[in-house]
Amino acid sequence: MFTHNRWLIAAFYLAISISMPTETLAAEGPALGIELSADEVATADITVMPDGEGLPAGSGTAKAGTGVYVANCKACHGEKGTGGINDTLVGGHGSLTSDRPQKTIGSYWPYATTLFDYVRRAMPYQTPGSLANDDVYAVTAYLLYLNGIIKENKELNADTLAEVKMPNRDNFVWAYSP
Amino acid sequence: MTDQDFEMTPAAGNGLMDRRFFLSAGVAGGIAMLVAAPATANRPAWTQTPGSGMSSYGSPSSFEADVQRVGIGSQAGTVGSGASRTPLEQLEGVITPSGLHFERHHNGIPDIDPDQHKLLIHGLVDRSLSFSLETLARYPMTSRIQFLECSGNSGALLSPTPQERTCAQLHGLVAASEWTGVPLAVLLDEAGVKPGAKWLVAEGADAAMMSRSVPLDKAFDDALIALYQNGERLRPSNGYPMRLFLPGWEGNMSVKWLHRIKVTAAPAMTKDETSKYSDLQPDGTAQLFTFPMGVKSVITNPSGGLNMSKPGLYQITGLAWSGAGSINRVEVSADGGKSWATAALDAPVLTKNLTRFRTAWRWNGAPATLMSRAIDEHGSVQPTRDSLIAGRANGFFYHYNAIQAWQIASTGEVANVYA
Repeated sequence: MFTHNRWLIAAFYLAISISMPTETLAAEGPALGIELSADEVATADITVMPDGEGLPAGSGTAKAGTGVYVANCKACHGEKGTGGINDTLVGGHGSLTSDRPQKTIGSYWPYATTLFDYVRRAMPYQTPGSLANDDVYAVTAYLLYLNGIIKENKELNADTLAEVKMPNRDNFVWAYSP
Repeated sequence: MTDQDFEMTPAAGNGLMDRRFFLSAGVAGGIAMLVAAPATANRPAWTQTPGSGMSSYGSPSSFEADVQRVGIGSQAGTVGSGASRTPLEQLEGVITPSGLHFERHHNGIPDIDPDQHKLLIHGLVDRSLSFSLETLARYPMTSRIQFLECSGNSGALLSPTPQERTCAQLHGLVAASEWTGVPLAVLLDEAGVKPGAKWLVAEGADAAMMSRSVPLDKAFDDALIALYQNGERLRPSNGYPMRLFLPGWEGNMSVKWLHRIKVTAAPAMTKDETSKYSDLQPDGTAQLFTFPMGVKSVITNPSGGLNMSKPGLYQITGLAWSGAGSINRVEVSADGGKSWATAALDAPVLTKNLTRFRTAWRWNGAPATLMSRAIDEHGSVQPTRDSLIAGRANGFFYHYNAIQAWQIASTGEVANVYA
């Protein structure tokens, strides 16, 4: 047993000596950050919050969004948000408790602001960031219209988008609350 | 009981030996005896001519060319919206070579000029700040050897019937590295977090500008702005020139190519944290923010697709990890879970890192089912597949951490099974 005990004891102390010092280094830094102006922050900040904070000027309706969708989205997401080679964006309402839950914007997404935020930052896939804010509002409106959430002539803008209540909003439970 | 006794006494059913079996002097001596005296007359070819010269950056032996990432797939019409997997069964130890670290990208790997890349911190702070890579290099850094796991890892095991896959194909969305960088807390303190701030929103500089909300308490606990991986600058596929690293939490949150942090009072409810990385329940509700990765282990050798040549003495080895801390114990079964033997753990066992376990097994040539089960420092036990899927909604794809079973056929072929 002598050999094995020594090995285990050595391993134990090695483990302790390696795991001890990690947190103690988080002291203070040399303070080399360069202060940003309000303009610089505004240019970089594309985050849209669920209460609408961060939404830019501009507006759009589903009617205007039809053309934006056909030109930029249809190739991957299919005619009217279904049947494409990539994510299905429309439908699935009422399917979440079934054996074949279909998570689409309309059936699953809790916030309409997320749609604007995501399209503006990541879409169209081949040319992300290329849509004007009016076009992002319009295609957001079109997808919400296809999902039966808003009317075709509803104008979405920085005030009205956050007011749109997604059908599945109240079904999300926070597993972590800081 | 003497040394000899415990070495020879089975530790659990169907041939599992004591975990210290391979450490005994008797076995080592036996192996040493097998080394034959060199035959000077018949020198191998590579001893008869000078070898090649030095190189500026080394690469693996040409004979190891088959050790590659596997399961590479991308969404239709794309090359960079998908994943590649770490070849777990071809690797040893716990550090994953940087070039074999799994990948999960949302719109490809950006080719970032480090001189033009900045990290911005703004929002609910006293001072909005910008940091270049050069300035971050002057900050106090720390290193952590820790795992990173995609929360979609092992999801193929939710399939109703077991698929014919290898360990890497099933479980290869996990890897471990030495991550070195600046504690995020230092930068947040410099910016001065305002009262009421509870979250931050991290954003990458890839074409998807992938973004996730992270609780501030995690940021102040152990978050790193990682600049180095395994001693060298991050690989582009792992976020060059800088990434967020959140030990133990689902990989998607460790935002690669990090370029902006907005301190907020609430989560941004980004596409990834709501529509993707949320967990649907049978009643139609969904759990948001299920961050830590559960306690888990997998036998990497022998494993699916490998072949045991003939009956005899084998080493069973694998990896165990927990997003909640360190691994306390790993148990191995060779009889489909009827009996379990405690495996030896390679030292050091580090918190939120992969832990290598090993044990000895005398295979008698009959069909056998191998399993491993991990227990972490909090006493959390890796669940069986049956208990994990019981009552699980079909749309709940993430956080699969159940016990993996490998079936050894009498032919020696190893296959993924549900047991």
